[in-house]
Amino acid sequence: MRRRKRIEELFFKILTGLACYSLILVLGYIILIIFKKGINMLTLDMIITAPTGGYYYGGEGGVLNAIMGSLYIAIGATVIAMIFGVPAALFINSHLQHKPRMQGFIRYLLDALWGIPSIVYGAFGFMVMIMMGMSASLLAGIITVAFLITPIVIRTFDEVLCTIPRGLHEAALSLGSTRTQLAFKVLWKQGFSGFITAVLLAFGRGIGDAASVLFTAGYTDLVPQYLDEPAATLPLAIFFQLGSPIPEVRNRAYAAGIILTVIVLIISVSARLMSRKFSKTNLN
Amino acid sequence: MKQDNAIEIHNLNVCVDDQRILKNINLQIPSHKITVLLGPSGCGKTTLLRSLNRLTDLYKELKVTGQIFIDGEDILKPRNDIYEIRQKMGLLSQKPYPLPLSIYKNVTYGIKLKGVKDKKLLDYNVEKRLQEVGLWDEVKDRLHSSPDTLSIGQQQRLCLARGLAVKPRLILADEPTSALDPHSSKTIEDLFKKLKDQYTIVVVTHILRQAKRLADHAVFMHFGEVIEQGSPDEMFSNPQSPELKKYLIDGN
Ligand SMILES: Nc1ncnc2c1ncn2[C@@H]1O[C@H](COP(=O)(O)OP(=O)(O)O)[C@@H](O)[C@H]1O
Ligand SMILES: [Mg+2]
Repeated sequence: MRRRKRIEELFFKILTGLACYSLILVLGYIILIIFKKGINMLTLDMIITAPTGGYYYGGEGGVLNAIMGSLYIAIGATVIAMIFGVPAALFINSHLQHKPRMQGFIRYLLDALWGIPSIVYGAFGFMVMIMMGMSASLLAGIITVAFLITPIVIRTFDEVLCTIPRGLHEAALSLGSTRTQLAFKVLWKQGFSGFITAVLLAFGRGIGDAASVLFTAGYTDLVPQYLDEPAATLPLAIFFQLGSPIPEVRNRAYAAGIILTVIVLIISVSARLMSRKFSKTNLN
Repeated sequence: MKQDNAIEIHNLNVCVDDQRILKNINLQIPSHKITVLLGPSGCGKTTLLRSLNRLTDLYKELKVTGQIFIDGEDILKPRNDIYEIRQKMGLLSQKPYPLPLSIYKNVTYGIKLKGVKDKKLLDYNVEKRLQEVGLWDEVKDRLHSSPDTLSIGQQQRLCLARGLAVKPRLILADEPTSALDPHSSKTIEDLFKKLKDQYTIVVVTHILRQAKRLADHAVFMHFGEVIEQGSPDEMFSNPQSPELKKYLIDGN
């Protein structure tokens, strides 16, 4: 009997361990391939210059246009998503706290929105853009990506807020808080790490998404200066360069992939550090 | 309303769907005394306490009917200054729930809601309230750090200080020592005895010994009903109802 238990234990340990480590292996392999193919092309020029005339045939230049376009779009969209998402998540957890059905319905809706493929958001954004008489531009891209990531901000923040114990709600209310004061003075602080996670996740999704900006942001070799100008993005830069018959240009796609990955990594690591720091010292 | 009752409860009923959690509660809670609500788990003590400051509002499924008079007004009447009413009572729950703010700001939270901004007044209050609960000497050097660093017992006293800061008339405590070690429990009990000169205190407990130690007025509840009430000496030495008799035997 004991022998059987030991064998059983060992079997499942190997099985679960295999699942876990193979995942890490695959991830490592992906990153390795991207770096292997792209690292030689990753020069300083690649990062700090925009494409020149012959760039797509292997000529001089870089992807500064796409780096800046992607950053502008992701930052703009994340800011919009925060402006709508933070109050929405707080509302769900304060004013709707005693209406569990409504809460459930809204959460279900947001989950559905989260699950909609980004190409659908792209098509929707495109339609709105046409209706408003706009052309593909930084602004249209920002708005479309904001649609895509707002449900992510709300639900991610909400997931943390709804783990806040009822007792803390009761404590704040019994001291005389209104529900709004509960939301902005207590839940906000208590759920701050959730807010950071939400922003980070949304930003990562926003900067890496190609389909939503495909029709709405356009593409250009210039770094955008105004909201109504078209903007290049890293995912599309990768897409266009990968389609080139010239091997050198294809490798540049991997270099752009490295840049995108590193940006997301920097954002995520610094946000984690910030979240840790804030949850300790954010006592004002 | 008689002057010496802080709370008068008339025909209070609380229902969920067709289940009655509180059945026709009629109760007077005397001023400046410790009233202990005693009874087995699930008999409705917490629900009764929640009704007193309308935290029942948080639970849509609870239907509350009847009247609860505090300072001559029926707090169950739908009205929008429930926030003011809640500031008449400090709440202490089973577990301490410090706000995610510094120790200092935990104490000033309720006062600031009242509109007090004067730094000197706030400082004064923080010191006074923390001294009242015997925490001042322990925390005066780390007022601006997080309450997470305090022990559970200290946190519970901080929660008491925070409640006292809004100058309540009443203290409502729901099994306030159930998460605490014996020493901290005793500290809280001693505090209640000291504070009853200035406050009316309602303590919920299922611990018979604690009820005996604390009560000036004891209320025994069973399945949502008040079965017996009176002075603890009389009640516990000479129980009338079979429920209380059984509880006293099981509890000793
Ligand atoms: N929000 C609620 N919904 C449904 N049932 C509840 C709710 N609150 C309390 N009850 C029920 O009411 C009874 C009394 O609960 P409670 O007041 O917490 O008892 P006590 O504090 O004496 O242990 C329990 O049976 C509990 O299940
Ligand atoms: Mg209880």
